[in-house]
Amino acid sequence: MQVDVVQWLFFGMLSVLVIGGALAVVTTRNIFHAALWLIVSLFGVGGLYVLLAAPFLAAIQVLVYIGAIVILIIFAIMLTRRLMGLREVPNNQWPFGLAAAAITFLVLSFGIILSSSGSTPLFASFREPVLAAVTSDSLRDLGVALVDPNQYALPFILASVLLEAAMVGAIVLAREEN
Amino acid sequence: MVDFLVSSGWDKNLAVIVASALGAVAVSSLGLVWILVSIWLERKFAGRVQDRLGPNRTGPYGLFQTFADVGKLLTKEDITPAGADKHIYNLAPIMAVASVILIFGVIPFSHNWIGADLNVGALYFVAVGSFATLAVLLAGWASNNKYALLGAFRAIAALISYEVPMILSLAVPVMLAGSMSMQDIVKGQSIAYVFAVPVSALIFFISQLAEVGRSPFDLIEAESEIVAGFNIEYSGMKFAMFYAAEFIHAFVICTLTAVLFFGGWRLFGFGTPGQELMGWITVWAKSFALYIVVMLLRNTLPRIRIDQMMGFNWKFLVPLSLVNFLMVMFLARPFTPDYAAADAAVAAGGLAAVIGGIFGNGFIAELPRTVVLLIANIVLFWGAVSLLRRYGAAQRQLIEARYGTPKAVAPAPATGD
Repeated sequence: MQVDVVQWLFFGMLSVLVIGGALAVVTTRNIFHAALWLIVSLFGVGGLYVLLAAPFLAAIQVLVYIGAIVILIIFAIMLTRRLMGLREVPNNQWPFGLAAAAITFLVLSFGIILSSSGSTPLFASFREPVLAAVTSDSLRDLGVALVDPNQYALPFILASVLLEAAMVGAIVLAREEN
Repeated sequence: MVDFLVSSGWDKNLAVIVASALGAVAVSSLGLVWILVSIWLERKFAGRVQDRLGPNRTGPYGLFQTFADVGKLLTKEDITPAGADKHIYNLAPIMAVASVILIFGVIPFSHNWIGADLNVGALYFVAVGSFATLAVLLAGWASNNKYALLGAFRAIAALISYEVPMILSLAVPVMLAGSMSMQDIVKGQSIAYVFAVPVSALIFFISQLAEVGRSPFDLIEAESEIVAGFNIEYSGMKFAMFYAAEFIHAFVICTLTAVLFFGGWRLFGFGTPGQELMGWITVWAKSFALYIVVMLLRNTLPRIRIDQMMGFNWKFLVPLSLVNFLMVMFLARPFTPDYAAADAAVAAGGLAAVIGGIFGNGFIAELPRTVVLLIANIVLFWGAVSLLRRYGAAQRQLIEARYGTPKAVAPAPATGD
């Protein structure tokens, strides 16, 4: 099928973006460049969402991760006076980073393997054509799922409260003492 | 297009790809061609406002001035400052233009003429707009210049802050239409949303103006303070790309406001399916009317200070748009338009048939919601303005207590190109 070929082609390209960008983030010595490579990687993830027929998540990915989080990281780099002068930042904490990455990888792998236990063979779910399963109005479904008590209303409210608490905390920390 | 290619013996998939590519080229060229006109127009307009003639030497009415400028900019030396981060330095202007051009993809010019009717269209242009922020940041950092960095800081602070009221007011037409697709938002406007939620339209327009960095929000490139802001080190065509991005963006915000709040390609009975050109002209005319407002503001208002800009955003626009957002949320729901009932009322005849015949059946369906929201908006706006007036009076008293009553000051001479 032609569609499948194109889909796999794009999947390959996006994977190169995601993995290549991520590798560049951890290998480049210039911390500002690392932040920019992170954008490439996150943009690739956004592309993967498009491929999975989830345009809402793709837009949110670009908006939140690239538009907000990476900009925040870059701001932090720029406002740290010591870092601005340096073009190359030595890093002696990479063994810890490596350990954290390895543990995350193992946990995720276990998650995937466990979820495919029983009658479903491993990776079988990946081979199905993705687009067929998606309803035409996934955006509306998502919205309903977030406010439906039987689905994700409670986690959604909990996350909101957490974010609210973080915001209040930030304001309290930043407030000048009278 | 696809049918034509298939009928002349092309493969179906190839035809789709070629047609899409051509469509993308056409949509993105639109903005780039438009700036040739818009720069000329802006100069002429600025000239008239400031009691000058504007460009009048190159061609009839100075029409070819922009072409002459392009020729000059293309032949200029392309300088990359020493110590600049070369790749990022060159990437920034491309990103600035791309982020603006990409917005054209979701603007509906008529019932069928739209680049891509994404079901997250309204979110898409906000997401794409975040690349503009990034471009400014990259340009400021990569130039290896203190003034450029300062300009970038100012720009980012402004862009990020004004995104908050922008998104909050953008959510209002999305809620009223019940969809994030730009095409659905236009289709929902049998009565343009500006009549229902003028406060949202105003906030959206102001915050978009700040995103572009047009006067009175042009402290991003305040030449008397930080030379030229983030693009100080750029020369030749790279500078022209920042300039072009600004001009296209200034027009795009007008088009977006026209589409989201002024009914897009709809105007009474015009722009119905089949009248594609009419719809296109309608969008263009509405955007143009708004663009004249932008140009007038640019040439008559002085630049505001950065603390005033931030204060105006966080102390006035954000609370106002939050209250407005909540108000629309509670009031719009009980008055959701019932298009089937309106059709039935028109079919039954009487007054409804007369009104439906003039303004369309959707007008009757949306009338109750529009009236309710309009009244609520007027009350809200009146309250906000009277609060503002009290704040202003208190500030004035504070200043007068400190320095005495101010004498009349002669107005400062206008700045501009």
